Amino acid sequence: MSLLELRNLTRRFGSLEAVKDVSLAIEAGEFFTLLGPSGCGKTTILRMIAGFDAPDGGEILLDGISLAGVPPEKRPLHTVFQSYALFPHMTVAGNIAFPLEMSGKSAPEIRRRVGETLELVHLADKAASFPHELSGGQKQRVALARGLVNQPRLLLLDEPLGALDAKLRVEMQSELIALQREVGIGFVFVTHSQQEALALSHRIAVMRDGRVEQCDEPDTLYTQPANRFVADFVGRINLVEVEVTASSKVLLGLRSPCLGEIAATDPRPLAVGERGVFALRPELIRVHGHKESADLKNRFQGRVRELLYLGDVTHYRVELEGGQRIEALMPNAAPGRAKFHEIGDAVWVCWRHDAGVFLRD
Amino acid sequence: MSRFPLWLRAAALAVYAFLYVPLAVVVLFSFNDSQLNAEWVGFTTRWYGRLLHDEDMLRAAGNSLLIALVSSSVATLLGAMAGLAMHRYKPRWLPLLVLTPVAMPEILLGVSLLLFFRQVLDLTLGLVSILIAHVTFSIGFVAVIARARLAGMDESIFEAARDLGATPWATFRRITLPLILPALLAGFLMAFTLSIDDFVITFFVAGVGVNTLPLQIYSMIKVAVTPEVNALSTLLTALTLTLIILASRIAPDLLKARA
Repeated sequence: MSLLELRNLTRRFGSLEAVKDVSLAIEAGEFFTLLGPSGCGKTTILRMIAGFDAPDGGEILLDGISLAGVPPEKRPLHTVFQSYALFPHMTVAGNIAFPLEMSGKSAPEIRRRVGETLELVHLADKAASFPHELSGGQKQRVALARGLVNQPRLLLLDEPLGALDAKLRVEMQSELIALQREVGIGFVFVTHSQQEALALSHRIAVMRDGRVEQCDEPDTLYTQPANRFVADFVGRINLVEVEVTASSKVLLGLRSPCLGEIAATDPRPLAVGERGVFALRPELIRVHGHKESADLKNRFQGRVRELLYLGDVTHYRVELEGGQRIEALMPNAAPGRAKFHEIGDAVWVCWRHDAGVFLRD
Repeated sequence: MSRFPLWLRAAALAVYAFLYVPLAVVVLFSFNDSQLNAEWVGFTTRWYGRLLHDEDMLRAAGNSLLIALVSSSVATLLGAMAGLAMHRYKPRWLPLLVLTPVAMPEILLGVSLLLFFRQVLDLTLGLVSILIAHVTFSIGFVAVIARARLAGMDESIFEAARDLGATPWATFRRITLPLILPALLAGFLMAFTLSIDDFVITFFVAGVGVNTLPLQIYSMIKVAVTPEVNALSTLLTALTLTLIILASRIAPDLLKARA
C-alpha cells in the first residue's frame, strides 16, 4: 500500500478547473516532486493534501485511510511554506518546539527533540535567536526543522527554495537531499524549476493545466519524455516537425519538411504517414567544421548564427540549409577539440540515430 | 531643516504656535498665584491643592476614570473581534458599520444616542448610558488598528500553526493574540484618551447627577475661567499626552493605521 494516494482528485474554482482527475501514489521515504509552470495546479494539490483546501471530487488516502473532513491540525503531515511562515514572536527553539507542544509532548522530551533537530539542521547556536535575526538560508532551515521535528508521515514543501539566491539554492538542494535521506520521511516537493526537480527527486510528476502529463524518474523523464510539453518543459530540447516514412522493429525513418530524411529508432510499431515531433537534446548533437568520417547517420549542413560561450560548454545555434534552427551544446574541454566555430562559419551538425525520440502529436 | 525655505519654516512655526500656545498659557496660568488669568503674579501649586479638596471635582474624576477604563476595555474586546472578522472574512458592510461612528459628527452621534436611549430603550441616563456611548465611538478605532496590524502580517503563519497541529483556538491564543497584542494595547489607550476627554457626546447622554471631568470643566467656566480649571485642564492634557505617547511607542504604525 502506498503511503499517500491521490485518487481522481478534482478541484474547481468557479469555471476554472485547477486540478483535473489527478491520480498519484507516493511511497514511504520517497522524494516526490510536482513540477509545472505557475497555475498548473501543483500548489492546489499540496494545499488539498495539507487540508487547507478540499477537493471537489476524488479522494486523498494516507495509509489507505481517507483524509476527507480531517482538519489540517489532525493530519500527520507538515508543510514548509515558501515564505517560511516562521512565528515572528517566538525564538528559533520556540518555533521548533511548537508542533511538539501542540501534540502534548512532555517538557523534557520537547527539549531533547528540539536540541536534536537543531543539530540536524546545523543551527544549534541559533536556538535563542528570533526569525528576523536570521539569514534566508537559516530561516529555511528553521522551517524545515519545524516541519520535521514531530516526525510527520510526510513533509510537504511549497517552493521552499524560491526565495533564496541562486548560490544558496544550490547549497540547500544538497542539504535537502542529505536531510531527506537521513530522516527517511516522504517529501512532496512543489516547484516550477525543472533543474531543481531533476536534481532532488526520486520521481517527478510533470503537470500542465491541472493534469499530470507524465510521472517518472528524472532520467526517464529527461530521456524519454511522453509528449511535446514534457520534452520542452524539462531541460533544453530541439523540436522538429516530422512525418514517419518507414518503421521497422528498431529503425525509424522520419522526414522533416525542411531537413529531409532523419534516421531514428523507436521500439513501437508506428504507421507510415504518422505525424509528430522529433525531440533531440542539444548535448547529443555535435558541431564539426568538416564532414566527419564517423558513422553518424544524421548529418546536416548549416551556419552558426548564435554562439554563447559558457565556460564548460559552448552553446551554438545553427541554421541548417532548409531554414531549421538547431541548438547544440558542445563541451569545450573535449579531447581533440581543435577550434571554436565562429558566427557565420559553415559547419556540419551530426547526431547518432538513437539520439532523439519521436513524439506523437 | 535648512532644505526648507524660510517662509515654509515660518508657516510651520505659526501653525505649531496656533496649536500649542493656548495650551501653554493654560498650563502656565495654572501655576499663577492670582485669581485672575490676567497677569503673572508668582508661582504656586495651591490651585492643584484646592482641586484635591473639591468633592464635586473628585467625584467627576472618579466617574471619568471608571467610564474610561470600562468603556475602553469593552471597546478593545469588541473592536478586536471586529478587526479580526474584517480581516478574515472581508465582509462587505462591516467596515462601514464599524467605522461610521468614527467619522460621524459628534453632535449627531450624541443626539441619536440620546434619542435611542430615551425613546427606544427607555433607559435612565447616567453611568450606563455614558458607558455605552463611549464604547460606540471607540470600537472603530480599535478595529482599524487591529485590522491594520493583521493586514501587515504573512497570512501563511496562521496556516502554518494549524498545519503544525494547533486547533483554531490554540492558533488564536498562541499566534494571533500575541501578534496583535501591541495593536490592541495601543487601541485601548486610544479609546481611553477618547473617553476621558469626550465632551459633546457625554453632554447629551449624561443626564442629571452624573458628571465627568470635561462636563465639570464646562460647568465651572460658565462662571469664569478660574485657576482651578487651568489646573484641571493641565492634568487632563498631561494624562492624554502620556497615553498617546505610550500608544505610539507600543505600536509605531498607530498613526499610519488611523490615516
